[in-house]
Amino acid sequence: MSATAHAADTKAATDGVDLGPITRDARWQPAEFVFWALPVLAWFVFPENLSLLTQIAIIALFAVSLDLILGYAGIVSLGHSAFFGLGAYAAGLLAKYGFGDPLLGLAAAVALAAFAGFVTSFLVLRGADLTRLMVTLGVSLMLYEVANKLTDLTGGVDGLQGVEMKPLLGLFPFDIYGRTGYIYCVSVLFVLFWIARHLVHSPFGLELRGIRQNALRMPALGVPVNRRLVAIYTIGAAYAGVAGALLTQTTQFVSIDVLSFPRSAELLLILVLGGTGSLYGAMLGTIVFMVAHYLLADINPQYWQFWLGLLLIVVVLFARDGIMGGLRRLGAALSARTAKGARP
Amino acid sequence: MTVVFDGVASGMLLFLISVGLSVTLGLMNFVNLAHGAFAMLGGYVCVLLLNRLGVPFLVTLPVVVVVCAAVGAVLERTLYRRLYGASHLDQVLFSIGLVFMSISTAHYFFGAQQQPLQLPAFLRGQFNLPGMDVGVYRLFLIVVGLVVAAGLQWMLTRTRFGAELRAAVDNRRAARGLGVNVDRVFILAFALGSALAGLGGALGVETLGLDPEFPVKYIVYFLIVVAVGGSGNILGSLYASLILGLTDVVGKYYLPQVGAFFIYAVMVVTLIFRPQGLFGRGATR
Repeated sequence: MSATAHAADTKAATDGVDLGPITRDARWQPAEFVFWALPVLAWFVFPENLSLLTQIAIIALFAVSLDLILGYAGIVSLGHSAFFGLGAYAAGLLAKYGFGDPLLGLAAAVALAAFAGFVTSFLVLRGADLTRLMVTLGVSLMLYEVANKLTDLTGGVDGLQGVEMKPLLGLFPFDIYGRTGYIYCVSVLFVLFWIARHLVHSPFGLELRGIRQNALRMPALGVPVNRRLVAIYTIGAAYAGVAGALLTQTTQFVSIDVLSFPRSAELLLILVLGGTGSLYGAMLGTIVFMVAHYLLADINPQYWQFWLGLLLIVVVLFARDGIMGGLRRLGAALSARTAKGARP
Repeated sequence: MTVVFDGVASGMLLFLISVGLSVTLGLMNFVNLAHGAFAMLGGYVCVLLLNRLGVPFLVTLPVVVVVCAAVGAVLERTLYRRLYGASHLDQVLFSIGLVFMSISTAHYFFGAQQQPLQLPAFLRGQFNLPGMDVGVYRLFLIVVGLVVAAGLQWMLTRTRFGAELRAAVDNRRAARGLGVNVDRVFILAFALGSALAGLGGALGVETLGLDPEFPVKYIVYFLIVVAVGGSGNILGSLYASLILGLTDVVGKYYLPQVGAFFIYAVMVVTLIFRPQGLFGRGATR
């Protein structure tokens, strides 16, 4: 077949396919503008709770990073805190030794976490779900042990102290009320969310979803499965690294807890609560989880864990698609009703 | 030599606790992260009977086995069974939920402190052989471990129940078609796994301690045993436990600064080269 004929062939093929649903999905919907008005609104409504709001933004970014690899590419991970922790320590150590510029810290966290993600992604490619669970868990536990033993560098279980941040862009110092921190974190979250949104609606994102649904069939469509998985795992790790760095920079402290297993498990819970395979689901899950934690843990920290466990079981058994699934069903029911009402 | 002996004993203890998991995870293919919770239940039952009611230690063990088997059977009936067909991720989330609930329940009833356990006099102390000191309780653990390993291996390979279980796991529908009561087999197998967890938990109180965080603290070790040992392989779990116990004790003795890092490294490297485990059957499911 000649090159021109081939090109014509491809064109005919794309012409024949209705790309409507895909392009429609990629367009911004009104509800999304409403969602992004929330952080602005929160600034005015809850000015005393900015530190909690900042935490929510950070964990939301962390949840998005896990959603990219789990919800879109279908890689199960029990050790995503590894990259969060790497980012946190990278930013913390830089700031401790005099390079306290926040954006420089972010860049270092991205570089380190992405590198670690790239290297470990080859381990994750091997084996099925169970092996992946164990390997990701093992990697994060190894990092935890390293951080635990290198007390000179990381402070061990006492945490890394003496993190001093320079003003953001050289202009805005981090204040005691957390105003700069909040704006900083929400901006970073928005920018990275915007990139992730582009990513999941791109052909690359569609390929990832295809891999999740049927990894054996994608090579037949000309998709190099392993290369795509390595790419998304690296990206997810970089995102998690940014989240970790943000936590360090806003709290000016690194606890060894950033690498711990409960943090990975909690993140999985957040994502499942919100609904996997949806960036907004990840963020909604974070909001609901963090607010519930804030309200309930005040009452009694130990029993909070009980309700958390119960919630997890209920979600797995009865509401597998999480908050986003519920909203989607609600939306479908509403539009069905209005459609019925419109008909005379 | 004493170090080696202690390593073998700690490997045996690891085997006793995790062999139940190699039944539920390995054979039944259910990622049961709540395994440690059953072990903790066993530990608390043992400690309660011993300290509050004065029941002799050896008598508490059968009670522990019965209680854990019953709890396991009830949970299997009500919850676990719904998730046999679910993805591994769902099973992980579900069992993490159970772990969280068990931790706060234990907090509620027993508080955060370590539970003391007084061993009977004939299990305490040690005697000297040429070249090593033998702790009596450690010797007891090794003997119990060997008995359990032999019994399980015999049950799974030589009895009708073992054959039915393996058939039901390999192909549920075909097994049902051949007249195997799959539901009954699964409930029995799950109860067996829980009972073994409880037994291991009760025996481990003396060495590992017992507090509400127990299920999270040690779950990684149990998972490593099953992952390294290979799925559904009792002897594989035994070898893996012994390797891990020896590595752990010897490593901590000679290179204390490395700590648990070594064990995790062993697991990751093993899984990279043999995703089905060292003694796995080859077929990855």
